[in-house]
Amino acid sequence: MDRFITSYSRLHDNKVIVNGRLIFYQENIIKFADFIKTVFKQEQTVYPKFYKMDAVSKLGFIATELVLKDAKLAGYPGESVGVVLSNASSSLDTDLAHNETIRDRSGYFPSPSVFVYTLPNIVIGEVCIRNKIKGENAFLISETFNASLLHDYVSELFNNERVEACLCGWIEVLANKCDAMMVMVEKEDHCRNGGASGMKPMLFNAENLNFIMKRN
Amino acid sequence: MQLMVDRMKPVYILNDNFITSLGFSTAENIAAIAGGAIGIRTMNDPVLYPNPVSLSQVDTAQLDQKVSDILAALNKNISPESFTRLEKFFIVSINDVLRNSTIMPGNHRTLLVISTTKGNINLLENRYKAIFSHKRLYLWELGRVIQHFFGFANTPVIISNACISGLVAVMTATRFLQSGAYDQAVVTGGDIVSEFVISGFQSFQAISPAPCKPFDLNRTGLSLGEGCGTMVLSTEPGPSAAQMIRVAGAATSNDANHISGPSRTGEELSWAINQAMKQALLTPKELGYISAHGTATLFNDEMESKAIGLSGLAEVPVNSFKGYWGHTLGAAGIVESIAAISSLRNNILYKSAGFKTPGVPEPLDIVTSNRPAELTSCLKTASGFGGCNAAIIYQKD
Repeated sequence: MDRFITSYSRLHDNKVIVNGRLIFYQENIIKFADFIKTVFKQEQTVYPKFYKMDAVSKLGFIATELVLKDAKLAGYPGESVGVVLSNASSSLDTDLAHNETIRDRSGYFPSPSVFVYTLPNIVIGEVCIRNKIKGENAFLISETFNASLLHDYVSELFNNERVEACLCGWIEVLANKCDAMMVMVEKEDHCRNGGASGMKPMLFNAENLNFIMKRN
Repeated sequence: MQLMVDRMKPVYILNDNFITSLGFSTAENIAAIAGGAIGIRTMNDPVLYPNPVSLSQVDTAQLDQKVSDILAALNKNISPESFTRLEKFFIVSINDVLRNSTIMPGNHRTLLVISTTKGNINLLENRYKAIFSHKRLYLWELGRVIQHFFGFANTPVIISNACISGLVAVMTATRFLQSGAYDQAVVTGGDIVSEFVISGFQSFQAISPAPCKPFDLNRTGLSLGEGCGTMVLSTEPGPSAAQMIRVAGAATSNDANHISGPSRTGEELSWAINQAMKQALLTPKELGYISAHGTATLFNDEMESKAIGLSGLAEVPVNSFKGYWGHTLGAAGIVESIAAISSLRNNILYKSAGFKTPGVPEPLDIVTSNRPAELTSCLKTASGFGGCNAAIIYQKD
């Protein structure tokens, strides 16, 4: 059975694109923290926990908010929605922050609020908490964006009837450089109102994942 | 064109190896726990950590000897010291399964799946900076080192999903085998103890000063361990009865509750258990045994007892292997799966080390001494930071 990408977001180089439309661009933002905070404010999201998150979680959180703004999860039981994400540097951005706290034996100050983010899948937890998603989850690591791997992994979740809908994407941040893509994948019978997001649903395949990644 | 796929296609565990403080093979580890050995000790190693800490560590001298022997046997003219501690774990563990099987890494129908939480994270320490390049910190580079060492044709699939990583690796390989894309898979998972991880868990005040006591009233937190486990999975069973155990059901779930604390109700782990049971066509009465996550933190063990109760499994014998070799993080799902599968093969339930007095809200049948039991199936569970849960059923044909 065919599945469809019913909504997507892309964030990179100070740009934010949702379903093919540029919704944010600002030159000369140097820090990732400033970029993501500006987008968060523009979207008028109310979610105080956002400020406690590390860079990977903030990026994944915003990428998901943008995707779900139009493609609503309502109607799907929490257990029927999956989240499958990937990146290249795992949680290295926050690993370096935790490492700073233990570099000097005389000034040891490791903190649980930093250490908890030294796992790449914490962003999945943040997305699940925000959206009451309780289904299948996995975090995969690859050197570069691997559309076939993501497609194959998510397809097996559908084939095994583990999910009715799935968020899937690439959430990479390291040293102020970010690159994110998030897509919502749904079954054919949920696409009848596909116009809602202003986007014609695209077939869920590796080619289209690569298209979204490269053309936006 | 729609590819015809047999979702019920069985996937068998042909052979396996695991490495912990108690041994370098499945047989060594199982003999050790059958004899009641505990691998968790108070380590006073200021190079590793400023204060004494209770840990389970793999023997370094034996590890290095094994790596040297493998390099000699494979005619590889490389220094053992060109590999990190974790890479040495993978080399020894994978070498052992390849030596004992007909699997061909160079075949395009052979998949490699690697699970780890922190990979070569010790390379952030100053003492390694001059020896290894920064690139080696990336998990895909760790994967590349392993792939090239053994000549795997395919780029490995790398899973990093906190403490359920090992189980996610097993289910990923199983699903890809069932999809028809591959015939065989090597699934391996490993993690080391490092100052990075010890300091983090200490900041959570989660480390027990004595060997951990899963499900016990007087439990005082987890014991960190290191290790590596490797399984060969295949769509064809092997000739011996030991090679006719299969992955019969698998699922993950998320609590959607808290990033560092488990679910208050256990409903989400219970859901994953129920999905795995349903896929295996098992009823609660038919399940023989549960190898729980059992970290011995207050909240994990409470949550697990609730989940097991919710799934109607309160009367099924349960143990945790973490009392023997600690919490091996990204290796745990695979290491403990192999230990549980050994229970199925040997028809023996191993006691849950460290347990004396019941200390969880829902009643559990904790295994308190090694005993024979006719087993046809077992459930392996895991839960981790990020609210993730996983359940896998292993079953005899």
